[in-house]
Amino acid sequence: MSESEVAMHGNGALLEASPYAIPSRKLIMWLFLLSDAVTFAALLFGYGYLRTASSDWPTPFKFNPSILNVMIMTIVLITSSLTMLGAVDAAKLGDKLKAKRFLWSTILLGVIFAGLHIREWLSLIDEGVRLFQNPWGSPLFGAAFFSITGMHLLHVTCGFVAIAVVSRLYTRGRLTAGHVETMGLYWHFVDLVWMFVVPLVYLLNISR
Amino acid sequence: MAASAKSGNVIARYLPVYFVLLAISFLEVFLAYQHFSTAGLLAVLLFLAVCGGALAVMYFMHLAQERRSLFLTLIPAIIFVLLMMNMIWTDSFRLLHMRPFAH
Repeated sequence: MSESEVAMHGNGALLEASPYAIPSRKLIMWLFLLSDAVTFAALLFGYGYLRTASSDWPTPFKFNPSILNVMIMTIVLITSSLTMLGAVDAAKLGDKLKAKRFLWSTILLGVIFAGLHIREWLSLIDEGVRLFQNPWGSPLFGAAFFSITGMHLLHVTCGFVAIAVVSRLYTRGRLTAGHVETMGLYWHFVDLVWMFVVPLVYLLNISR
Repeated sequence: MAASAKSGNVIARYLPVYFVLLAISFLEVFLAYQHFSTAGLLAVLLFLAVCGGALAVMYFMHLAQERRSLFLTLIPAIIFVLLMMNMIWTDSFRLLHMRPFAH
């Protein structure tokens, strides 16, 4: 009996059928992502609170290099979601070589994203932005900016490390296509969070 | 070979979603340089971000293909929490308008 059949119909008299018709690992990932979404929402709401309550909130992001860099990062991350979809699909079809290629493409794009992210940080640090100070206004800007983008960067880094582990174990036959799919959920979530970080943290603070 | 061909199809199937997400991102940048008030820009950008996020959840994360019970468990819960978080705004505006140097 396959995993999905067990999830759909239960396992004899011992287990009830899942009301969601998905394997437990996938449900747990969804619940983790729900809690992680609340964590990011709390960070973004906290940032919004500070921004609203500060009369001298800085707007430091110039089109070149910051916004241009962010646009490239967005393209890279959304493209990595597409390669992840390819990996999940290839894994479901049992094409391990193709799944591995897609997974490593996703990792490569994740590493490029992290590199661009660090370049952006270094550029701001070079301009004098620190966790509790900056040359332009409210010192809380640095704390909010580095907390939110740092949390996202941490998720991206954990993501591509985890994908590398899943890829290795999947190609060795120790993990199934279901594990690749669950990993994909996490990676798409990282992409989803970025869609809120860009407008709220960058685009609302552009330099005019 | 057949498996590879099918695998190529999944990328083609999701390309429209991919391009819509990219278009939303570029539109956000374009709008950020138009002369909106901060509140107006926030509303427009949030609306576009929610649209992009919904596309990612429903199609990239395949929530649209799962049972409705999963959707009904996850989405109302997150919306409820997000709405509850909005109670902070009155305090942040109070801080802005009631601090000593504002007078």
